[in-house]
Amino acid sequence: MTKVYVPRDMAALAVGAKRVLAAVEKEAAARGETIQIIRNGSRGLLWLEPLVEVETPEGRIGYGNVKPSDVPSLFDAGFLKGGAHPLSIGKVEEHPYWAKQTRVTFERVGIIDPVNLDDYVAHGGGQGLAKAFEIGPAKVIEEVTKSGLRGRGGAGFPAGIKWKTVADAPADRRYVVTNADEGDSGTFADRMVMEGDPFVLIEGMTICGYAIGASKGFIYLRAEYPQCAEVLTEALEAARKGGWLGPNVRGSGFAFDIELRIGAGAYVCGEETSLLESLEGHRGIVRAKPPLPAHVGFMGRPTVVNNVLTLATAPAILAKGGEYYASFGVGRSRGTMPLQIAGNVKFGGLYETPFGLTLGEIVNDIGGGTLTGRPVRAVQCGGPLGAYVPPSLFDTPFDYEAFQKHDSLIGHGGLVVFDDTVDMLQMARFGMEFCAIESCGKCTPCRIGSTRGVETIDKIVEGVDVEANIELLSDLCNTMKFGSLCALGGFAPYPVESALRHYPEDFRKATLPAAAE
Amino acid sequence: MSGAVPWNEARAQEIIDAHLGLEGPALPILHAIQEEFGYVPEAVVPQMAQSLNISRAEMHGVVTFYHDFRHAPAGRHVLKLCRAESCQSMGSEKIAKDFLERIKLEWGGTANDGSLTVEAVYCLGLCAHSPGALYDGEPIGRVDAEILDELASEAQKS
Repeated sequence: MTKVYVPRDMAALAVGAKRVLAAVEKEAAARGETIQIIRNGSRGLLWLEPLVEVETPEGRIGYGNVKPSDVPSLFDAGFLKGGAHPLSIGKVEEHPYWAKQTRVTFERVGIIDPVNLDDYVAHGGGQGLAKAFEIGPAKVIEEVTKSGLRGRGGAGFPAGIKWKTVADAPADRRYVVTNADEGDSGTFADRMVMEGDPFVLIEGMTICGYAIGASKGFIYLRAEYPQCAEVLTEALEAARKGGWLGPNVRGSGFAFDIELRIGAGAYVCGEETSLLESLEGHRGIVRAKPPLPAHVGFMGRPTVVNNVLTLATAPAILAKGGEYYASFGVGRSRGTMPLQIAGNVKFGGLYETPFGLTLGEIVNDIGGGTLTGRPVRAVQCGGPLGAYVPPSLFDTPFDYEAFQKHDSLIGHGGLVVFDDTVDMLQMARFGMEFCAIESCGKCTPCRIGSTRGVETIDKIVEGVDVEANIELLSDLCNTMKFGSLCALGGFAPYPVESALRHYPEDFRKATLPAAAE
Repeated sequence: MSGAVPWNEARAQEIIDAHLGLEGPALPILHAIQEEFGYVPEAVVPQMAQSLNISRAEMHGVVTFYHDFRHAPAGRHVLKLCRAESCQSMGSEKIAKDFLERIKLEWGGTANDGSLTVEAVYCLGLCAHSPGALYDGEPIGRVDAEILDELASEAQKS
C-alpha cells in the first residue's frame, strides 16, 4: 500500500492541507487505489506547503503547493509512483533547503507520523531515555552540561547548570515545566516540533524529570495553537497507553506523568515566573528574582522551566553524547539552532543549522530575499522585543555573543524580514504599544514607561519638539532596560533603540518638508 | 463556533468540581466555563472563589488579567487577525483596517446581526505565510481582502 503524506502542521492547514487531503482521498477512492495517508508534521519548507509526499522505492517524492484542483492531474501523472508533474520537487531529501541543514532537534519532524509511537521508535526515538536510565541521573546532567546546550527560549542560560541546581535543591517534590508559550512574532519552531514530533518533547521532559528527581511535568501551551493542543493530547494519551508515561516508565521503575495546560492569551506568561504564577492559577504577574524558580518554582518547589526546543534537544544529546552535540557551533554557542525565517521573505521556513552562519547568508541565500522582490531594509531578530538589524550588519555571525555586541538578540531564533517600504518609526511605536498592552503591570518602568513611550513617539510622528522627544525616548528606554523586573519591560527598548540607531531618518520625517521649504 | 449553552449555576458547579483535583485549577476551570457558556459570566466569580477558597477580588483579578476570557458572548463566528510584526511586514495593518472599515467594526467588536466578532491576536505561528488569521479555530495564511470578505459573508449566512 502506497504511503501518502499530507501534513497536519498548522501552517500547512493554513494554506489548504485539509482540502487537499479530502481531494486525495476522494480521487483515490474513485480510481480504486488503496493508499495509506499519514498526517505528518511539516518539513519546514513552508513556502511549498501543502507539501504532499509519496513514498517510493527510491525515496519520498514531494509535490509542493498542491491545490485541491491539482489532485486529479497528480493521479493522472502517476504521482503514487513518484511520477513527473509540474508540482514535483523530486526527492525531498535532495532539495537544497533540506540537504544543507543539520537536523538534530528536528531530526524526525515532517518525516514521521507524529502520534505513532512505533514510528517514533523506528526513527531512533527512545534511545536518549534508554541511555539516561542506563547511566543514572548524575551522569545525565553531566552529558547535558557537556553538550553546551543553552536555553532556547531566549536568555541562553546553560541547561545543564539549571538542571543541576534543581537536582541539588532539597525538596519533597520537584517539577519540570515546559514553557510552550512561544509568543514571539516570527517564531514557530516550538509549534512545529510539538505538532511534528511530540514524543521527542515527552521524552526530553522525562529525561529531565529523571535527572532532577521529578515525577510530574507540565506543558504550558499558548492558547493561539489549537492544532498543537490536539496533537499533544493525542501524543500524551498514546505515551500513557504505551507505558512511556505513568507509574513505571518503560519498565524502569521511574514514575513520571505530564499534564497539558493551556494559557489564555497573555504574552507575559512566556516569562518563566509569570508562567508559574499562571500555572498556579493566579494573574500572570512576574515574581522578583531571587529566589530563582530552580529553588522556589511551581507551588514553591524547585522547578526546571525550559523552553520546548531545549527539552526536545535532550534526547538527541543523550542518544549521541554531549560531545557530539558540542562539536557543532561557534564560540560559546554550541550545537544547532532551528532558524525560523519569516515575514516578507521568499523561502520562509524552518532551517536547522549549527550556529555561525552570517545573518546575510540566512536572509539572502537561504531565505532568498523579500517576497515582494524589493530590497531588504530590516530584519527583526528575536521576536517583538528583538532589535531591528540593517543590511549593513549582515556579516554578523549568528551566535549569542556576536549579536550582543551589536545590542541585538538571537532570542528564540526567529527572523522577520522587512522590505524598504517599512516605516521604522511606526515599528518602534508598535514595539512600545505591544509592551503597554502586554505589561503585567507589576513594575513601574514597564507599566508606565511603555505608555509614555507610545505618547512620546506620537509626538515625534507629529513633528513636535522632535530632537527633545527623541532624547526623552532614549532616556525612557534606558530606564525600562535597567529598571524593569523582567524581560518584557527590559527588552522592549531593543526594537525602539535599534530603530533609532539604524534608521534615524525615519524619526525626523515630519520635520523634513518644513526644512526643505 | 459558539454552540454555547445558557448560564446555569448547577452546571458551572459541576465543571468547577470536576477540576478541583488539579494543582492550580483556576485556568482549566475558566477555559471549561468559557467552552460551555461561550464566555465567563460574572456570576461564576464568587462561585469559583468559594470553591477555590480565595477572595472574590483575587478571582476577579485572575479573570480580567487574561485576554482570552470574554465577559460577554462573542458573535456566532470569531475571526482573529494577527497584528504582530511578521504579519505587519506583509501589510496586515492596512488589510485589517480596510476590512474593519468595510464591515463597520472596531477591534474586538461584534457585528450587529451577531454573525462575527473580530479580534486582534499577536502571532499565530503562521509567520512564513503572513498575514495569518484564525477563523473559528481554523488557521488561514496569506490573508487578503478577498479572503476576509468571503469569511464575513459566510459568517452572515450561518
